Amino acid sequence: MKRVRQFAWLFLLLVTVASLGAGLWAPADYAMQFREAPNSPPSHQHLLGTDELGRDRFSRVLYGTRVSLLMAPAAALLSTLLATLVGGVAGYLGGWWERVAMGATDLFLSMPWLFLLLAVRAMLPLNIAPITSVAVTFLLLGLLGWAASARVLCAGARGLRDSDFVLQARASGLRGVRLLAIHVMPNLKPVLAAQFLISIPVFIISEANLGILGLGVSEPLPSWGSLLRELESFTSLGFEAWKLVPLALLVLVVSGFQIILSRNEVYA
Amino acid sequence: MKRRPLALMLFLSLSLSAALGQSGGELKFCLHSDPKTFDPFLVADDASVSVRYLTGGVLIRVNRRTQQAEPEMATSWTVSRDGRSITFNLRDRVYYSDGTPFNAADVAYTVQRLMDPALHSPTGDSFRSGSGEVRTIIDSPTRITVTFPAPVAGLDKLFDQVAIVSARSANKDRAVLGPFYVADYKPDSYVLLKRNPNYWRRDAAGRQLPYLDTVRLSIQPNRDIEMMSFRRGEIDLINWLDSEYFDRLLAQSPQLAHDAGPGLDSEQMWFNQVPNAPIPGYKREWFRSTNFRRAVSDAINRADLSRVVYGGHAQPAAGPVSPANKFWFNSQLHAPAYDPAGALRLLQQEGFRLEGSSLRDRAGHTVEFSIITNAGNKARERMAAMVQQDLGKIGMNVHVVTLDFASLIERITESYNYESALLGTANTDLDPNAQMNLWLSSADNHQWNPRQKSPETAWEAEIDRLMKEQASSLDPARRKVCFDRVQQIVVEQQPFIYLVNKNVLSAVAASVANASPVVLRPQTYWNIETLSMGVQTASRH
Repeated sequence: MKRVRQFAWLFLLLVTVASLGAGLWAPADYAMQFREAPNSPPSHQHLLGTDELGRDRFSRVLYGTRVSLLMAPAAALLSTLLATLVGGVAGYLGGWWERVAMGATDLFLSMPWLFLLLAVRAMLPLNIAPITSVAVTFLLLGLLGWAASARVLCAGARGLRDSDFVLQARASGLRGVRLLAIHVMPNLKPVLAAQFLISIPVFIISEANLGILGLGVSEPLPSWGSLLRELESFTSLGFEAWKLVPLALLVLVVSGFQIILSRNEVYA
Repeated sequence: MKRRPLALMLFLSLSLSAALGQSGGELKFCLHSDPKTFDPFLVADDASVSVRYLTGGVLIRVNRRTQQAEPEMATSWTVSRDGRSITFNLRDRVYYSDGTPFNAADVAYTVQRLMDPALHSPTGDSFRSGSGEVRTIIDSPTRITVTFPAPVAGLDKLFDQVAIVSARSANKDRAVLGPFYVADYKPDSYVLLKRNPNYWRRDAAGRQLPYLDTVRLSIQPNRDIEMMSFRRGEIDLINWLDSEYFDRLLAQSPQLAHDAGPGLDSEQMWFNQVPNAPIPGYKREWFRSTNFRRAVSDAINRADLSRVVYGGHAQPAAGPVSPANKFWFNSQLHAPAYDPAGALRLLQQEGFRLEGSSLRDRAGHTVEFSIITNAGNKARERMAAMVQQDLGKIGMNVHVVTLDFASLIERITESYNYESALLGTANTDLDPNAQMNLWLSSADNHQWNPRQKSPETAWEAEIDRLMKEQASSLDPARRKVCFDRVQQIVVEQQPFIYLVNKNVLSAVAASVANASPVVLRPQTYWNIETLSMGVQTASRH
């Protein structure tokens, strides 16, 4: 299992490095339309062929991976912070704080988040640059995706609050923020890390879902979501297997996170 | 020598049999949703229109190939000089599918129901040219005159949409004059049509039509599944294919793929010119400038749009009317040539200047705007991305925004909170009267600046005048002159920047004989009476 984890780390590292250096080894600009060669199969010039507008698919996969792989952890970080603020603090304080916070969390969980995202996305200004649309999309995902983690963190914090060592610390006169910082938060770290890692693939897939609906990252910037839209027409896949590369990459990256996560869960 | 006449007779008989078709069999194809109604007067959705076409007997039928009105239940007709009345001579000894005889009383009953204000018939709306009552005078069982309160332009062809229902049948739902009647309907699953045993039409050999025994319409909203069903031989035709599916089919089974040429529908973009729209004033000024709109039009490579987005199965659009509309298309108009240099010259005349790769207006504002289109429509999203790149070449910074349909409609019809839009127009009617709600400056669908109290520009005032003139004239030549001029003004002013006319693409199984797809709806089964099932093929891979 250790080797598998090492391999997963290595793979994720490779994918991250490859996408960060997209500008160095992408054979073409992601937006460049080779209009004489739309939908072309893999060739020396276009390693993964071209998309329906003649854009080099390999370059778009590299840039799209960068977008999804950088922004999803950022969104995961935001949602984990919010979850800590709401769930962790509620669990630590207990009483009506906890009841109110968990009530709000349940309300958030019961919301049809996809429609909420659609509605919020529709209200945004139209004249935003593609890079801003990326940031906004993942910001929305981060702001709306904290509720499930908050429940887990609340349970974790509640467990710590009632634990013997916290009771002893409290009996020794340690109170408030100091108790939270010295005894509670360090012990919540594994749960936080697990929630953070769980959220990354969730947000990657959420962005992909939005992309499939045509509501994710704006043209011409690629993301895994927009790349996966090519797979909408499943009758073509038997003939153009190279279109599956973004999907394969998504599956491998999400699996990589899951493998790494399993180790963190042991610690948690 | 004696064998030759025999062989010739055999050949002729085989040829005739192929042309005339074999009786029997079931034709299967898909509807993309359940029919909302089987009442021919309340039909509004595509699925219901299909069922009405297959079951309804009409007085006059517009031949989908020639686009000319032809006798159907009426053997002849005369429109009065004032355009208010139409007199029909009806076919004698015709019976509804339930055996009830057809006569002028049925036409009178149909017209009264059609024009009943309480019914709110969408079909009836086409005939409402003025307030007042519609009168019917039955001269004999085979002759009737219908008089409308005001002239109705293109009156005879409007009857193509009016299925004549029985006044006396006890079972009105099953009593039809068309080739089939609805025998069974299972929501979300299928509509089964059976052959009308009393259908009046016969083939050249005197055999009663239709040839088919049944038509099974499967309800299937998913086009991928529809395509797979066709390839597996589970359905016999696909009425409308997108270019991707079409090319795939063409590569595998070219004999099954039919490209009927440019259809009536068009794809276009426009700029928001609404005076109180929540957009910056300087942008509104750009959008209201004819030279700005013409420059944008000239900078778009329509040939590339047709070739890349539609795989060559579309034509660069010349103007608001497609060449598929044989009578009304203004043949003097041609699609604008791709001319980015010319576009820049036009922009310079308006005070725009190119600074580096960025275009700026007279006041120094960077030319930047968004195009909204509906999310999920891949062709439009691709077109928008190509327009974005084309306009980028003349320094315009364009943002493509895809919105869910409800948000998009809200923006273009209520809040006017958008800068430009890329959408399409589905034209089902050949006559320009059907486009009054688009061209009149007071109309709701005058998208670039709707509901004007009075025309805000001279050219819009002229369009208003011409559209009203053609609507009130009964002389087809005069109407054509007026509508040709409307098309010319639209091309000069570019309130709508027409991009492409999509080709009508369809798939017909080899087992279906006598199919001859056309550009008008219903493209593949417009001649349903003469379609027949020949050699069955199990698979079409």
